[in-house]
Amino acid sequence: MKIRFDHDTIAAISTPLGEGGLAVIRVSGDDAVAVVDRVFAPGGKVKPGFLGSVASHTVHYGYIHNRQGERVDEVLVTVMLAPRTFTREDTVEISCHGGIVSAQRVLEAVLGAGARLAEPGEFTKRAFLNGRIDLAQAEAVIDLIRAKTEASQAVALTNLRGGLSERVRRIREAIVEVLTYLEASIDFPEDEIPPLEQDLDQLLTWARSEVAALIETARTGRIYREGLATVILGRPNVGKSSLLNALLGEERAIVTQIPGTTRDILEEQINLRGLPLRIIDTAGIRATTDEVERIGVTRSIEAIERADIILFLVDYSSGLTPEDWEVAATLPVGRTILVANKADLPSGSGFGDLVERFGEPVLISAKEHTGLDELKDRILEKASVIKVDRTETVLVTNLRHLEALRQACESLENAHQAFVGGMPADLITIDLHAAVAYLGEITGDTASADVIDRIFANFCIGK
Amino acid sequence: MGFAQSYDVVVIGAGHAGCEAAVATAKMGLRTLLLTLSLDNVGLMPCNPSIGGAAKGQLVREIDALGGVMGIGVDQNYIQIRMLNTSKGPAVHALRAQVDKIAYMRWMKRLLEATPNLDLKQGVATKILTQGERVVGVRLKTEIDIAAQAVIVATGTYLRGLVHYGLVHYSSGPQGQHPSVELAHSLLELGFELQRFKTGTPPRIHGDTVNYSKTTEMPGEELRRGFSFRAPLPQRRQVSCWLTWTTQETHEIIRRNLDKAPMYTGEITGIGPRYCPSLEAKVYEFPDKPSHQIFIEPEGLDTREMYLAGFSTSLPEDIQIEMIRTVPGLENVKIMRPGYAIEYDALNPLDLKPNLETKAIRGLFCAGQINGTSGYEEAAAQGLMAGINAALMIKGAEPLVLKRSQAYIGVLIDDLVTKGTREPYRLLTAKAEYRLLLRQDNADLRLTELGHQIGLISDTEYAAFLRKKESIDKLLAKLRAETIQPSPAVNEKLAGFGQAPLQRAVSAEVFLRRPEINLSLLSEFVELETEEIDPEVAEQVELQVKYSGYIERQQEQVERFLKLEAKKIPPDLQYESLHGLSSEAREKLARVRPESLGQAARISGVSPADINYLAIILEQRRRGKA
Ligand SMILES: Nc1nc2c(ncn2[C@@H]2O[C@H](COP(=O)(O)OP(=O)(O)OP(=O)(O)O)[C@@H](O)[C@H]2O)c(=O)[nH]1
Ligand SMILES: [Mg+2]
Repeated sequence: MKIRFDHDTIAAISTPLGEGGLAVIRVSGDDAVAVVDRVFAPGGKVKPGFLGSVASHTVHYGYIHNRQGERVDEVLVTVMLAPRTFTREDTVEISCHGGIVSAQRVLEAVLGAGARLAEPGEFTKRAFLNGRIDLAQAEAVIDLIRAKTEASQAVALTNLRGGLSERVRRIREAIVEVLTYLEASIDFPEDEIPPLEQDLDQLLTWARSEVAALIETARTGRIYREGLATVILGRPNVGKSSLLNALLGEERAIVTQIPGTTRDILEEQINLRGLPLRIIDTAGIRATTDEVERIGVTRSIEAIERADIILFLVDYSSGLTPEDWEVAATLPVGRTILVANKADLPSGSGFGDLVERFGEPVLISAKEHTGLDELKDRILEKASVIKVDRTETVLVTNLRHLEALRQACESLENAHQAFVGGMPADLITIDLHAAVAYLGEITGDTASADVIDRIFANFCIGK
Repeated sequence: MGFAQSYDVVVIGAGHAGCEAAVATAKMGLRTLLLTLSLDNVGLMPCNPSIGGAAKGQLVREIDALGGVMGIGVDQNYIQIRMLNTSKGPAVHALRAQVDKIAYMRWMKRLLEATPNLDLKQGVATKILTQGERVVGVRLKTEIDIAAQAVIVATGTYLRGLVHYGLVHYSSGPQGQHPSVELAHSLLELGFELQRFKTGTPPRIHGDTVNYSKTTEMPGEELRRGFSFRAPLPQRRQVSCWLTWTTQETHEIIRRNLDKAPMYTGEITGIGPRYCPSLEAKVYEFPDKPSHQIFIEPEGLDTREMYLAGFSTSLPEDIQIEMIRTVPGLENVKIMRPGYAIEYDALNPLDLKPNLETKAIRGLFCAGQINGTSGYEEAAAQGLMAGINAALMIKGAEPLVLKRSQAYIGVLIDDLVTKGTREPYRLLTAKAEYRLLLRQDNADLRLTELGHQIGLISDTEYAAFLRKKESIDKLLAKLRAETIQPSPAVNEKLAGFGQAPLQRAVSAEVFLRRPEINLSLLSEFVELETEEIDPEVAEQVELQVKYSGYIERQQEQVERFLKLEAKKIPPDLQYESLHGLSSEAREKLARVRPESLGQAARISGVSPADINYLAIILEQRRRGKA
């Protein structure tokens, strides 16, 4: 019986849309060459079968035309035959000049000639399924596709180069070394196994803290990928929506002089000197009988939980009010920046105790767009205080990696506890093997053969 | 073909694999012929006079739990017994016995002679007879053809055996036995791939020429229970082994004479076992190690011959004596048999199915060292499974394939048929993923039910097993039901162990989880009723309670493992056309033809990506059919 399999030919635009002059359409699969051949005119002349006759990894100049025979764009076509391609399938890449419109039309022509539009990440999936890249790399590529800012691209690139794999490997290596010793002493009880050089207690403590450090970077990684959740909070009418608009540079949120204008959470992304921010506007916090507004207020309070940074907005022209105090009581000091808006107006009564709690306010005017640079400085400063380290390059950016690290951390903790509690070697090895396996999930390494080979390499075994 | 005689099963070779195989098929009601090159060497231990140890001890207990014979044989003929690894945890406790070799052979021969349905016969098999892709019998050197529905090849290291003493080498089986040359050709003719392995053995010395005062005595232990679950361990006087060490002088002599070591001159091409290196290999590979342990082990009670464990060598005899005499206590020793190396042919076990039948020829089974393993215990385990499966095949029943989560035997055979082996394979506990579940103490709980189902465990033995199981369950239930109050008496006891006092009442089961607390202590505070708890029942209950957290976690892992094992791969799957697999995976999968996705995942060179891909393929195939 003939088995059908997932090797049909797929195509997609593989460069970020809109940016730069060049866009690349990538076509991959058993029929990639034939498909592109149908729409490609080398040097402007139609020559059926031309691409099928060229050598692998060669570039050809010509035009793409559509089914109606119209020229779509002037292009360079690169033919790469399996297996030396990203997907390990036959691959053709079409570089075209145009912006988005022309790229779209080339893609349409290719799709019309028999390719199928690739699902998001499908090239990577194929590369992965074809054994071309390891798991950590595959997921870094997927993250790369999703990366929205320059900063997060840098992070994803480090993973791709094996930064994460490297660090995880080092930890794994140390545990495998311990396992080798323990397994040797179990399987060869009558042989002379020299004692471990490093104290097991110390080693387990070290491994655990290393894994914990990687987990910590996951938070940073999430911030780069999803943006730093920056919540604007305050009582009604202090100008929260106006601040969102000012930071965004467009009139996104409705602004009125009526307190209680904003009824629900509103979220927008901005890029703050490379750091992605999710600016979240909320309903002004106050006691209210209005059902809709009350739900909004509840959501505002919930947003505090998820916030990385809180912009606590007060009104410079009115000064401190009891309502401000109520809001202040719910805010975590470490993540909060006090911002006094409407600084274009004459000063009110001042902020006394609030300053004691949150430090001097940043004076801004959302209306006049003043003080915004200083506010941005303060946000970046806060981001580094809460350890969004912009110099740290090795980051866990992927949920599956994070999950594996958490599991590894737990296994190491169990092993450590078992060791301290005087449990025998065979039980300690259970958690150590688990930790090695979890770490291996990230790097794609498997364990048990390693340990056995090392027993023979490290110890003089055998009667 | 005219057949002079006809049997259901013919077993070739009466070593540890062949004996188990033949007894199993005979007990399962099949007329069995067991062929041996020499009736005087039935159940021979050509190398060390000991059985058991880490992983191997577990194997023997499993063999016994299934109804095999090795466990009883060792219990009846041991001259020293010990439990190893007692400080390293319950999962890895391992029995090890020194065995009287000669007595063991006599015992085995008597057992074979007394087994109904079994004919034991001296004879040399020269050819496997086949018709199409089916085995039909064997031909003897005397040109007699014997018909059989199943043939089990268990020829050990005899296939084209070549012994080496220094630079002298000649065709021979171990211990001066005949090699088996024609049979190797017959296997090659049938299309099997043969690989060349090597093993070695140390010199045997005269025990009266040893100065024991310069060595350390290693006595045995008094144990209630030996390898067999089915009979108590006969108590007898045990003899000691002796420990001494090589010296720098020994190593010097070896270094000076490496040009006479066939291992290093290129004379030996076969691959030797890493866990059982020759002394020259140890000195060569670990030059910084100042000395190596040498154990002096008696070969039996009726002989003064002593085995020099750790001194395996194939240097010339005159150099062997020179070397030995540099070892403290052995200055005046006389060698009775020099050490030697032996090269032999082994099959590639990838040619076998998990029931140990060859993939190419129906009814042809292989077991033991011919499958690329080493060790008596590994051989016996395969012999037993080959015997059981040959019988099941003839009866038209489903094969019995033990899972990795079920027995070390399962780990052993799965490793062989899934990964193959490029060196003589030795089982290690580190090769078992679920070591805590595969303990030597619970082999009966894991396997005796199966042994009874296939007819190797008698009704009487089974009844005794059920009684034990019932007592365990009863005692566990009792512990769950009883509560321990935080009384002054209890807390005083705990304080004595430096433990925190009880705050509130807990079940006796929870109380038993505390370190230092055992059943006998517990019985001071609760009425456990069972007058006198069988020590094995007590051991089982204590282990199950104390390590329950770990045991449950491993059981969860086993459930996940079984899910992948349950994803069967159709036998007609054409890997050649699966281009999504890496070419290495495609090649390996086509060679192994795994029966499940789980088995496929264990093949080296098959990546998780390949498995995902296979999973997609299987899913597509399933959908295509639905
Ligand atoms: N003078 C002055 N007026 C401002 C400034 N920022 C906001 N306002 C005015 O303050 C009023 C309320 O502004 P919003 O941005 O809607 O205030 P809000 O905090 O979002 O109010 P709610 O959504 O009701 O909680 C509007 O009339 C704005 O024009 C400022 O910097 N200076
Ligand atoms: Mg608003």
